[in-house]
Amino acid sequence: MEPRIVRLSETSLIIYLGEEIDTDLIQTLTSLSQAISSKFRHGIVDVIPSYTSVFVEFHPLRVTYQQINHWLNETLSRLDSLEHMIKPQQISLPVYYHPDVAPDLESLAKERGLTVEEVIQIHSQIEYTVCAIGFAPGFAFLASVDERIAMPRHAEPKSKVAKGSVGIAGRQTAVYPLETPGGWQVIGNCPMSLFTPEQSPMMPFNVGDLVRFGPISRDEFIALGGQL
Amino acid sequence: MNVLKVLSAGILTLIQDLGRNRVAHLGLSTGGPLDIHAFCWANRLVGNHSNQPALEITMGAFSVEAYSDVVLSLTGANCSATIDGQRLESWRSFVLHKGQVLKLGYARQGFRAYLAIQGGFDIAPCFDSVATVVRNQMGGLLVRPGTSLKRDDWLAVNGDSAIPEPTYRPHFVVSRFIPNYDDEIEIGVIESYQANLFPDDAKKRFYASPYLVSDKLDRMGIRLSGEKIHCDSVGIISEGIALGSIQFPPNGQPIILTHDRQTLGGYPKLGCVSRMSLMRLAQARPGTKLNFYQAELDKESQAYFAFMRFFGL
Repeated sequence: MEPRIVRLSETSLIIYLGEEIDTDLIQTLTSLSQAISSKFRHGIVDVIPSYTSVFVEFHPLRVTYQQINHWLNETLSRLDSLEHMIKPQQISLPVYYHPDVAPDLESLAKERGLTVEEVIQIHSQIEYTVCAIGFAPGFAFLASVDERIAMPRHAEPKSKVAKGSVGIAGRQTAVYPLETPGGWQVIGNCPMSLFTPEQSPMMPFNVGDLVRFGPISRDEFIALGGQL
Repeated sequence: MNVLKVLSAGILTLIQDLGRNRVAHLGLSTGGPLDIHAFCWANRLVGNHSNQPALEITMGAFSVEAYSDVVLSLTGANCSATIDGQRLESWRSFVLHKGQVLKLGYARQGFRAYLAIQGGFDIAPCFDSVATVVRNQMGGLLVRPGTSLKRDDWLAVNGDSAIPEPTYRPHFVVSRFIPNYDDEIEIGVIESYQANLFPDDAKKRFYASPYLVSDKLDRMGIRLSGEKIHCDSVGIISEGIALGSIQFPPNGQPIILTHDRQTLGGYPKLGCVSRMSLMRLAQARPGTKLNFYQAELDKESQAYFAFMRFFGL
């Protein structure tokens, strides 16, 4: 599709670059996000890349919508030449896949006609792309989960999903950085801290990064600080 | 220097500045005062710049004792404030002397009061802001990030709190800038986002029917009840959510998303409440009647940019 710029409010706009989730689009989103921030600097209040779009909140007394729009039109017409300024990081996360920490692991396997071992093997063999960060601080939406273990969210969200829970929702997977309510199918737990406001950076991910999950034993999980 | 001690913290009293920028891509909310108009006036009345930390007191029922003479200001909701039992008008600055108690009753008109102090409250920032965002466990007092003030909390003032002159003359907001917090408000809507997914007759019904502010309102969003509006989609690919977005979950009842909203969302959105209307909406109590109208982007922008210039935002 042709990129589309939509003015949302007095101080915000959104750029749509696609109509369907496509992990190949993510590098373009992050490059564009980076380029907007470096071009307009203090004129830009926030930039949120997500799946197929880039949301921009601007400071209207430092930069006008017309200025941003003009630059975007030029930039979007030569998107291919947009320099990929950020090299994606490759991140590896340990996961303890076991019913002790994963209330939905066995039911998901049963539902999809697989053994628990097969679910673990399928989930941990793919390199996922961070497509968006949101919902809660540090919550990274990862795509794409193999069709064979894709499962919709619970119809009723659970009031409490433990910190570190590794969940599946449709063809997405994610780690819950903090205990929150949530509806994803929990198949494991990652003992690493993914959101530490006192640290810089606060979280290991950026949109566009690549993530792999590595199965660990119960002992390793506990040694890494995991809570049963 | 500790100058105020909280005697009663009310239901929700949060330290706020204008909010946290350049963190939305990490999933953090901006925070900041819901009624930026009353907040900026509170700071202006005591000679502060607009980004100084001040208190947002939801529904009132708050009191503090002074441990030093301080210059304060109170704006926003009318909470029948008193100093040692003596009635105190809102929308003005005043001196609270050592040993005196400032007391706010329950909000009678409006929903949120703002209390500023000359020099600003001294709070350590987190990501360049002190704004308290409860759902992010961030901002406010360092000892208890992301929480409401509590009884016996101490509040310090920035720098050496200049002892007010005995002849201190209070500052007032002229009456034409003081809003009426009526129980019925007109709310301007800038159509955008998925507006084209809403059939014409659905939009017509939205603008023609009044909506009531429900009791499900917090700093994330304000849920309304009224005519159900459905559009040609139940969900969209998650995207960044602008301040004031009007989203329609499958039950057809609109939610207006405010400062502590999630950064991403996947419900269809008709557009955004204008910034000027949002300031007024921040004072709406449950049961307040809202009438929406289609606003012009240019006109709304001019009004808001003038507001920003006036307060140096």
